[in-house]
Amino acid sequence: MAEQSKAESTEQPGKRPILPFLKLEPTPHLVGSKCGKCGAVYLDLKRMACSKCGATNQFTQIPLSNKGNVWVFSVIHQSFPGIKTPYVTAIVDLPEGVSVKSNLVDIDPEELQKNPQQAFGMPVEMVANVVSKDRQGNEVVAFQYRPSKN
Amino acid sequence: MRNVYVLGTGMIKFGRYPDKSVPELGSEAALSALKDAGVTIQDVELFASGNLFQSNAMIGQRILQQIGQTGIPVINVSNACATGSTAFREAYMAVASGMYDITMAVGVEQMGKQGLLGGGGGGADPAYATEGRLGSGLMPAVFGQAGMEHMRKYGTTLEHFAKISVKSHKHATKNPFSQYRNEVTLEDVLNARMVAFPNTLYMCCPTGDGAAAAILVSEDKLKQYANGRKRARVAASILTSDPYTERDLTLPDVSTLTRRAAKKAYETAGIGPQDVSLTELHDCFATAELVHYENLGLCGDGEAGKFIDQGGGMHPGLGGKSPVNVSGGLLSKGHPLGATGVANICEVVWHITEDDRAKERLVPNAKVGMAHVIGLGSACTIHLLTV
Repeated sequence: MAEQSKAESTEQPGKRPILPFLKLEPTPHLVGSKCGKCGAVYLDLKRMACSKCGATNQFTQIPLSNKGNVWVFSVIHQSFPGIKTPYVTAIVDLPEGVSVKSNLVDIDPEELQKNPQQAFGMPVEMVANVVSKDRQGNEVVAFQYRPSKN
Repeated sequence: MRNVYVLGTGMIKFGRYPDKSVPELGSEAALSALKDAGVTIQDVELFASGNLFQSNAMIGQRILQQIGQTGIPVINVSNACATGSTAFREAYMAVASGMYDITMAVGVEQMGKQGLLGGGGGGADPAYATEGRLGSGLMPAVFGQAGMEHMRKYGTTLEHFAKISVKSHKHATKNPFSQYRNEVTLEDVLNARMVAFPNTLYMCCPTGDGAAAAILVSEDKLKQYANGRKRARVAASILTSDPYTERDLTLPDVSTLTRRAAKKAYETAGIGPQDVSLTELHDCFATAELVHYENLGLCGDGEAGKFIDQGGGMHPGLGGKSPVNVSGGLLSKGHPLGATGVANICEVVWHITEDDRAKERLVPNAKVGMAHVIGLGSACTIHLLTV
C-alpha cells in the first residue's frame, strides 16, 4: 500500500470515476456491456456471461445515453454519518434498455414528497459531479441526474 | 417425497438481550421446541441452524455444545432474511427425502441496536463509497421504491401504506412474543419521522434479537410422539432466487421471485390463495406488505389498496378478512434476521393447531397457514402448513 502510494504520488492528481462504467473522456458518459445474443445490457464491463440468456463471451461495450426517465424514487431522510439528508435517490431508465441508480439533484425533495406523481417518467439528464477526494488527491466524479433542461 | 410434520416449536420473545450470546438465544428456543415436541436432543438426527451475522462462527455446533453434543450432522445456513426459513427447509428436506426421521431447525439473530442495513461500496478508500453519491442501496430505500412502483402503477396512497402499520401494531398488542406491543394511530404513522419516502419510522421494522425453533418428523415418528395432539403438516416448502428481470440488478425486484414461489407453493399443496386461513408475510417495511398481498394472490393485481380499505389483512376478530401478520409482523413483532423465517412458521403452526401460545389472537377455524420470507439479494421462501 505504501509503495503504491509512493508510485502514484509522482503523477499529477486528476479526476477519477467513482465506478468503472463511468467514462470521463471525451465528455462524461456511461458505458454498458451488451449481450450479442439477447441484447440485455449490463453496467458491468468485465461480465463473463449473460444472466438473462446464459450466452458467454458475446459482449460488446456500448455507450449509454446521458438522458433517461425516472422510473421510481425515494427521499432519504436517514443515512450513514456524513451523508447529507434529505436527498433524492432514483432509478433512471436509459433508452438502451438498462436502468441506473443515482441521486436526483436540482430538485426539491419536499416538493417531490408532496406530489410524487410528478417524478414518474420525468425526463432527466446526467451530470458529472465531484463527490470526494481520494487518498492520492484525485477528485472522485460521480454520475448523477437532474431534470432535463431541454 | 414423504409427508413431513412439525412435531414441536419454540420461540423466545423478540427484543434485546445484550447479556446473552447468540448460541444462548438459540439454545433457549431449541430447548423450548424439544419440550413442546416431547423428544430429547438424543432423538434429533440432523440440526439446521440459521444465523446471518455470525454465519462464519459455527452457531449450530455451538448451540449443540450447550444442549447436547450428539455428533449429528449440523448445517449452518446463511440466506439473508430468508436464513431461518432456509434452515427450516433443509430440516424439512432431510425428512422428506427419507434420510432422517427427526430433524431440528433453529433460527437465531442478535442485532442489538444495529442501525440501517444495506448500502456500501467503495472498497478500501471511502472516497469511492457509492451510498448517498449514487443513490441509496439502504433497505428503507429499496423497499420504499418497491412501494413507489405500486404507487406509480396504481395510484396507491400514503394512507394505504400507513394503514398496514396501524394494523400490525394493533395485532401485536395480543402477542406476548412481540418486541413492540404499542398501538399507533394513522396520524401517528403519517406524522412520524420520515426514514425513506414513503416509509415513516413506524412503517419500518426494528432491529432486535430473537430465536425460534421447530422439530420436524416423518409420519411414523408423528404417530409415535404426537399422542393425539393436533400437528401441522408441511404441505409445501418452496425456495426461489431472483430471476432475470429488467431492473433487478439496479433495484432488487422483490415481486417476481415471490410470485414464482407462491405459484409453486399453491401447485405443490394443491390449494389456492382462497384456501389460506392466515398469512405471515415479510413486512420488513409497510410498502413490502402491500405489494406482497398481490404477489401472494391474496388480492388481484392493482387491488391491494382496495383490499386494505375493506379490512383485508386484519384479524377477523377485528372485523377483517384474509388475516396477515396477526403476530404483529416484522413491523411490531420484530425482525432478528435469522430468526424471522422460523418464527413465521411457528406463528402459523400455532394457529392451525390451536396452540395456547396464540390463544389471545387465535384465528378461528384456521386450517392452512402461509409463511413467506424475502431475503434481499434475493431469496424467497414460502411454506404452506395444513392440518
